[in-house]
Amino acid sequence: MILPLRLDGVAYRGIIEPLTLELGAGPSTVILGANGAGKSVLMRLMHGLLAPTGGRVSWSGENPRRHQAMVFQRPVMLRRSALANVAYALKLAGVAEAHRVATAALEEVGLAHLAHRSARVLSGGEQQRLALARAWALHPEVLFLDEPTASLDPTATREIEALIRAFDAAGTKVVMATHNLGQARRVGDEVLFIHQGRLVERAPVDQFFARPASAEAAAFIKGELPWV
Amino acid sequence: MDSILEAIRAAVRLIASGDATLGEIVLLSLSVSLSAVAFAALLGLPLGAAIAVGRFPGRRAVIVLLNALMGLPPVVVGLVVYLLLSRAGPLGELGLLFTPGAMVIAQTILILPIIAALSRQSVEDAWREYEEQLRSLGAEGVGAALTVLWDIRFSLLTAVLAGLGRASAEVGAVMIVGGNIDGVTRVMTTTIALETSKGDLPLALGLGLVLIAIVLALNAAAYLVKEAAQRRYG
Repeated sequence: MILPLRLDGVAYRGIIEPLTLELGAGPSTVILGANGAGKSVLMRLMHGLLAPTGGRVSWSGENPRRHQAMVFQRPVMLRRSALANVAYALKLAGVAEAHRVATAALEEVGLAHLAHRSARVLSGGEQQRLALARAWALHPEVLFLDEPTASLDPTATREIEALIRAFDAAGTKVVMATHNLGQARRVGDEVLFIHQGRLVERAPVDQFFARPASAEAAAFIKGELPWV
Repeated sequence: MDSILEAIRAAVRLIASGDATLGEIVLLSLSVSLSAVAFAALLGLPLGAAIAVGRFPGRRAVIVLLNALMGLPPVVVGLVVYLLLSRAGPLGELGLLFTPGAMVIAQTILILPIIAALSRQSVEDAWREYEEQLRSLGAEGVGAALTVLWDIRFSLLTAVLAGLGRASAEVGAVMIVGGNIDGVTRVMTTTIALETSKGDLPLALGLGLVLIAIVLALNAAAYLVKEAAQRRYG
């Protein structure tokens, strides 16, 4: 177990103000905020892609890198087959029988029939499902998702959200950044609301939308954009 | 006009007859340029990749310099290599001047910047795209670099073919360091220059046709490979 994840006064340049929080196993967490609020940077600090300029990010267990995965807004696929892309990640993680596990992961996301197609010629939605399969095949304890449906159409978005909920139900801790209120409601159990690099509010999703505690969150929900 | 047509006819006859002199010259040209490309690729691809992902002081100056060196005048390269290899020069003891070896050295220097600069651009673009994903998956250092290089192998092939095109078409460098010695260092471009001034147009034109065919074939190959890869891999 690598959770809980602790952030102690974590800051990044002027983008993230010193921030302290703890993420435990269980509820899926949505990092909500406007474009430029610092959601992606915060997630990269958690995942270890960025080193904080202040404070400390600490995981609980051994070898935390191996037990987390991230899906980006734009999936980055290697110029090889869909199956080989998943197998590549598994081999890096030292998983035995990479091909068998990769095949199972493709079945999980409904891409088994495209396993031998080159990953880069798949549609945007299929590539994002493939990115989920690649992350899922690693059986991460924590799955980070950075605006995973921001460049997808509604159908592909629904498919991705269904998969995310399935992973959540299977016990993976989901941490997702989004600026989409509907998506936050559909996927999240709790909300971290970020405004101008500060964690303004943390609340269960129902409470957040029904009775936001901060003026910034209330304004964001109403669709008033005071920062524009 | 008639004399030109006559020269072209003679040139085609020369090629069709499999003329030994012509064949020898074409073979030497190819072996010199292919050797130069092999050396330049061996040095230039890793150099380009290192500059693409490395972070060091003066990096931008190096990139500007490398791009500028793509337009290196062949005669200047020839002159510098001539000075290095001439008997009084620092490498004079090797006795390489006026040998195919000297021509390979000159062409390697000429096209190294082309291969390095083009591959630097390809690797940098790819790295910008892949870096976070590869780090997220736990790929680092040499392993990550090899993954990226393999993934963009078709772009790198284009860079290498651009170098080959430049090497096989240049005349200034091989003329100076090779000396255009009959049967020893005479290649297509230097022969064309010589035979034209002598007035032996059929041989000059025949070689010109072969040279154009080679350059055309190289560019067609580069285009087709890239297109096929694009269709296959996206």
